[in-house]
Amino acid sequence: MIAITINSANSLQLSRRSFLRVCAAAAGGLLVSLYLDLPLVAQEGGQPKPQVYPPDAFVHIKPDGTILITVNRLEFGQGVQTSLPMILADELDADWSQVKAELAPAADVYKDPLFGIQFVGGSNSIAHSFEQYRELGARTRAMLVAAAAEEWKVSPSQCHTEASVVYGPGGKSATYGKLAEAATHQSIPATVQLKDRSQFRLVGKRVPRLDSRPKCNGSLKFGLDLDIPGMKTAVVAHPPVFGGRVKSLDDKTARGVEGVRDVFEIPLVRGTGVAVVADKFWIAKQARDRLKVEWDLSAVEHADSAQLSAKYKALARTPGNVAVSRGDQKALDAIAPENRMVVEYEFPYLAHTPMEPLNTTIRFAGDRAEAWVGSQFQTVDQTAIAEVLGLKPEQVTFHTEMAGGGFGRRAVPDSHVQREAAVIAKRLRGVPIKLVWTRENDVQGGYYRPMHVHRVEIGIGRDSMPSAWRHVIVGQSMLAGTPFAAMMVKNGVDETAVEGTADTHYNIPNFHVSVHHPTPNVPVLWWRSVGHTHNAFVMETLIDELAARAGIDPIVYRRKLLRADAGKLRRALDLMDEKSASWRTTLPKGHALGISCHESFGTAVACAVDVSVENNRPKIHRATIGLDPGVAVNPLTIESQFQGGIAFGVTQLMAKGAITFKDGRVEQRNFDSYTPPYINDAPTAVDVHIVPNSEKPSGCGEPPVPVISPAVVNALARLTGKRYRSLPLVSI
Amino acid sequence: METYKLTVNGQPREVTVDPGTPLLWVLREELKMTGTKYGCGIGACGACTVHLDGVATRSCVVPVSLVGNRPIVTIEAMAEDPVGRVVQDVWVSHDVVQCGYCHSGQIMAAVALLKSMPKPTDTDIEESMGGNLCRCGTYVRIREAIKAASLQLR
Repeated sequence: MIAITINSANSLQLSRRSFLRVCAAAAGGLLVSLYLDLPLVAQEGGQPKPQVYPPDAFVHIKPDGTILITVNRLEFGQGVQTSLPMILADELDADWSQVKAELAPAADVYKDPLFGIQFVGGSNSIAHSFEQYRELGARTRAMLVAAAAEEWKVSPSQCHTEASVVYGPGGKSATYGKLAEAATHQSIPATVQLKDRSQFRLVGKRVPRLDSRPKCNGSLKFGLDLDIPGMKTAVVAHPPVFGGRVKSLDDKTARGVEGVRDVFEIPLVRGTGVAVVADKFWIAKQARDRLKVEWDLSAVEHADSAQLSAKYKALARTPGNVAVSRGDQKALDAIAPENRMVVEYEFPYLAHTPMEPLNTTIRFAGDRAEAWVGSQFQTVDQTAIAEVLGLKPEQVTFHTEMAGGGFGRRAVPDSHVQREAAVIAKRLRGVPIKLVWTRENDVQGGYYRPMHVHRVEIGIGRDSMPSAWRHVIVGQSMLAGTPFAAMMVKNGVDETAVEGTADTHYNIPNFHVSVHHPTPNVPVLWWRSVGHTHNAFVMETLIDELAARAGIDPIVYRRKLLRADAGKLRRALDLMDEKSASWRTTLPKGHALGISCHESFGTAVACAVDVSVENNRPKIHRATIGLDPGVAVNPLTIESQFQGGIAFGVTQLMAKGAITFKDGRVEQRNFDSYTPPYINDAPTAVDVHIVPNSEKPSGCGEPPVPVISPAVVNALARLTGKRYRSLPLVSI
Repeated sequence: METYKLTVNGQPREVTVDPGTPLLWVLREELKMTGTKYGCGIGACGACTVHLDGVATRSCVVPVSLVGNRPIVTIEAMAEDPVGRVVQDVWVSHDVVQCGYCHSGQIMAAVALLKSMPKPTDTDIEESMGGNLCRCGTYVRIREAIKAASLQLR
């Protein structure tokens, strides 16, 4: 997901309206340009410019009292389809039992209030839309009250609301359902009074998800479940090396499969491929597997993990582009060798593998088109589809489909899946085309969390605290070549590569971080919690090691080292300390405690785990989490996000948790060779504790992920005496 | 192409497909029952789990030609199943799902477990649910929900 945080130390410095352009040379000499109109807001305090959103685009109250609330984000598990309606319904004084939610199509009004594109990323759905949805609710309520007051010929101030009913003087009352029509004729108030937070009725409550039942009985339709009359399914053969091109194609056998409608070469964002269109998925896949394609792989670099590792390690020994330089750079050299340590870390490429394989459905009708996409990036994907089809974005009706996970994989700056689908739909004008990426396409299709090497030199002061720190990070830039590069790649430093290290909350006086961004031929992408995935691992294992070396309790050590102003982290750490105290001190033999804490996307998280070793793998018996997310809109959702995010983070520790390359080819194909955590690998229990805080809310989707893997290996270090600096964790 | 007579959720159905077509795609594309999900196609993630003659089975790796006369039960029938109904209700009351995509398969696996083992231990749960992948990581709540369903079914 995108790690754009307005409130980070490196605040965005951009004109309010900036037109950014990215060009990607697509196959066939076609130059694809994507124009994004990003009204990036770098205003004081990171607050969006006050904007009056029209309630009718977000709230539809039916005569029977049903309140349909439109959600301006993709729902893909994070619970925004429940939490955003809660925020609106609270200010509206709605009867929650009558509230339903729907996902918004792509449209200007649904763009993120701060970033000016419609998307999910950076864990900011609630952070950015909290005030927006409150105001929408308050405005709608004001219009309903005004309608009632007008009918009753009283002042609105004489009316009050509760559970979808307006009450007036003299025992008068009217339901929202009855008032809805009249309310639409009221003018939209320019300003509204929001509730005092003590008056919240829904916000802060453990409200169950609105979409559970249809997800439990098989009735909920995901993008992959779409069935449109006349629809055909397309499956694509991609080149075995990124950027490869079809040299020759023998499709005779493939065309012989009954139900195949068309086979043809298509341009890809990188190279060319072969599309097979058939009546059904299974037919298309059978035909694809019978294609005989000779590929031209001569003009593209063949990435190789072993070679990349050697190259990255050599680079890490040289200073890179400076991300942060504080204090005296030479302080390290003045420290006696016995008080210095030099360590090297290595992290592999990681695939997201959301459970619902990637897919996109498009029907092209010449002068317009319709698209159905489980998209984290509606504005970008709609623009890309329009471009391929020779249309304007507004000529593409873009439906946001429910998505089976995403973790960043459905927010792709080059929209390569949507472009593939559009190319196919353009050829088969009038026919709805559902492009399905098989799991093999997904695992081998690129757009991975980049591989990284870190090299860190630390000098330890007399107080056992790190006094000098020199840190070199090597890894591809995720943002180079995207519309986000202009704001987030500065002086050769991609902020997402150093986040979690460069902006550490630890107080290290002489602190120097630099970065190299090699450019191997591997497409990379944000993976839930982005740069924090590797940076938190490095920082939290090193801090733990320093604490152990000093013989100081890891919680006490962190508390001593945290900056005085790291209030959220201190509170999270204190809460975790308190809640884990009972089990931490009574661990069975063969079990060990692991600690970590990390702040990302504005949310501070502290983690304690109880780990033993079973069958040469870490067995995580328990995790206790303390977190400070500001206002906790839905503590139930937050609990789920943390339990789930912790399990997602375990991906990094899996023996087969790596994408590797040999001679340009991905060595993994499916879940048999790239294996994320199953129930046995995830913690048996996760208890989540939220610091009470009335500050504005921060994100909860990504912040759980970074803490778990360092906590687990910190526990392993206590059990085995070894430090783990290379992932995946092939052996213990 | 061959014609097959199947019994799906107690109803007789007839499909004409290539004999190698996996049961998953027969359900999804021929019978338009999309509750059963495609996740990997190699039997490694469990999203496609159905009951074949009462046994939790990966429908993505069972060719329709091998189904024979064994009854097929899918997620769509769970609301009518005495154990299935309890499991679905507990799944909802425990707020188990996130994206929800894998949960047709999770619920089918959990129902099969509870039918064969009404009081599963943590180890039983890990063994029976151990092949059902959830990328959202809802595992903790799956465990709790299965235990709660077990209590309710006693």
